[in-house]
Amino acid sequence: MTHPVLLRTDRLVKRFGGLVATDHASLSVATGEIHALIGPNGAGKTTLIHQLSGALAPTSGQIHFDGREITGLPIHERVHLGLVRSYQITSVFKRLSVLDNLALAAQAHDGSSLRFWRPARAERMRYEAAAAVAERVGLGPQMHRIAGALSHGEQRQLEVGLALALRPKLLLLDEPMAGMGPDESERMVALLQSLRGETTMLLVEHDMDAVFRLADRISTLVFGKVIASGTPDEIRENPEVRRAYLGDELDEVSA
Amino acid sequence: MTTPSKNDTAPSILDHGLRLRWSVPLLIALVLLPAIATALDEGFYIGVASRILIFALAATSLNLILGFGGMVSFGHAAFVGVGAYTVGILMQDGVDSAWIAWPAAFVLGGLFAFVIGLVSLRTQGVYFIMITLAFAQMLFYLMVSLKAYGGEDGLSLASRSQLGLGLDLADDAQFYYVVLALFVLAFVAIQRLLNARFGHVLQGIRENEVRMAAIGFPVYRYKLVAFTIAGAIAGLAGALLANQGSFVSPSLLQWSQSGMLMIMVILGGVGHLFGGLAGAVAFLLIEEVLVAYTIHWQFGLGAVLLAVVLLAPNGLMSLWRRRARK
Repeated sequence: MTHPVLLRTDRLVKRFGGLVATDHASLSVATGEIHALIGPNGAGKTTLIHQLSGALAPTSGQIHFDGREITGLPIHERVHLGLVRSYQITSVFKRLSVLDNLALAAQAHDGSSLRFWRPARAERMRYEAAAAVAERVGLGPQMHRIAGALSHGEQRQLEVGLALALRPKLLLLDEPMAGMGPDESERMVALLQSLRGETTMLLVEHDMDAVFRLADRISTLVFGKVIASGTPDEIRENPEVRRAYLGDELDEVSA
Repeated sequence: MTTPSKNDTAPSILDHGLRLRWSVPLLIALVLLPAIATALDEGFYIGVASRILIFALAATSLNLILGFGGMVSFGHAAFVGVGAYTVGILMQDGVDSAWIAWPAAFVLGGLFAFVIGLVSLRTQGVYFIMITLAFAQMLFYLMVSLKAYGGEDGLSLASRSQLGLGLDLADDAQFYYVVLALFVLAFVAIQRLLNARFGHVLQGIRENEVRMAAIGFPVYRYKLVAFTIAGAIAGLAGALLANQGSFVSPSLLQWSQSGMLMIMVILGGVGHLFGGLAGAVAFLLIEEVLVAYTIHWQFGLGAVLLAVVLLAPNGLMSLWRRRARK
């Protein structure tokens, strides 16, 4: 049974010396939803993602995932619970093929890798699962190409694929559209849209058009504080959000 | 459709075949070597060949962590030294059975690597290089100061280890065959390991350590396992080296020895299955040839190393690969 509130942060604080990057942020993500996290540059979105994934330890506060507290768990244990992230700056295995990239991710989530004798290539099921993920993220025809030779947009698709191959309950997507052209963005929106219902997503994104098309709920982060959470309509009408961040960008979207 | 290995772009860097087409003839040549050397009345070269194979074993174990795991260890000679001293000390205390001393060298090499790795692997990059070097130097000075085990002068072994089975290791040819058998065994084990799940994880860590953690691998643990295995194999190489020269001294653990192993790996091919072997053969043959002409043989070696780094930055094995592709 998956808990109805999949992820909840409780007054999370992260200080870097005198700088408060996360300031008593409380956030909750319901199972099944696409939850967007927006906010101006430097609001602390990526810092928050780092704490959720386990790359940074919060100064105080708690993180609950799927009904248990995970504040102190290392990254790999969170991944095994189903909390997986993707990166804002593409971080794939550039010298490996697309299929090998995804097979490695599949290997992480299925059983021990302290196996020293049997050829890894003999695991047909795992490579088939990896191939299915490649198809899923639209890289079927590029499966055997070296990841480093893919276009930027394709590498971003692989970036999401690496997280997806782990069959996450919650996907933390750190600016999946970063640096994409309009066509590539459109393809990414369609991909994320198609994942709805399959996995819960927490989406950090600057592309407001994409955010308002995808998100069920939106939280706004300003100076490390969550100043508002609600449906896209509520966020659009929220005066505080308008003042702090959305202002002109929103007028473009509604226009 | 989904067949993983062969593809139309490039051979995967994860696949490490034994290349039987030329490794089998090479093995046959190695098996025939003592007979040929004896026939040519050059029995001396059997000892040289043993020494080369022992260093090839040590260099291959270093390549496992350096070339395949991206861990640039500058203290690998420490584990060779631990293995060598295990044999030396046991023999001084009257234990001359290879069946006890060699496994002990293997286990102790692994144990020292485990403990040193436990600390060192928490660091990255140049700090890792420095801390492994520091640990190796600590062991070096420890052995220098242990007068009971020869101190600076080292230990002379009364004999080679006793293997039983009707074999007499004092005979250079028989010792050579035992070394060859162990080398082949370790080499095949490493080849299996690299192509197994563990090898893929290890190479994944070399390629992108941050991402490996993000997809759920406890990276530190896997690195520690690899480091321990490499230390154990180096320990075994040390046991053989002690037997080969019938002598153990602190110089085996010195940083220059670690550097030599590193040069062998770089010379042969970092992250190439045959890199350690090719590097050890090249290094020690160059030394053997040049020493006959000049005591400044290291000058010639330096020139060769420079040429390799400039002409084949990925080591001698990359020349082979490039030619094979044409």
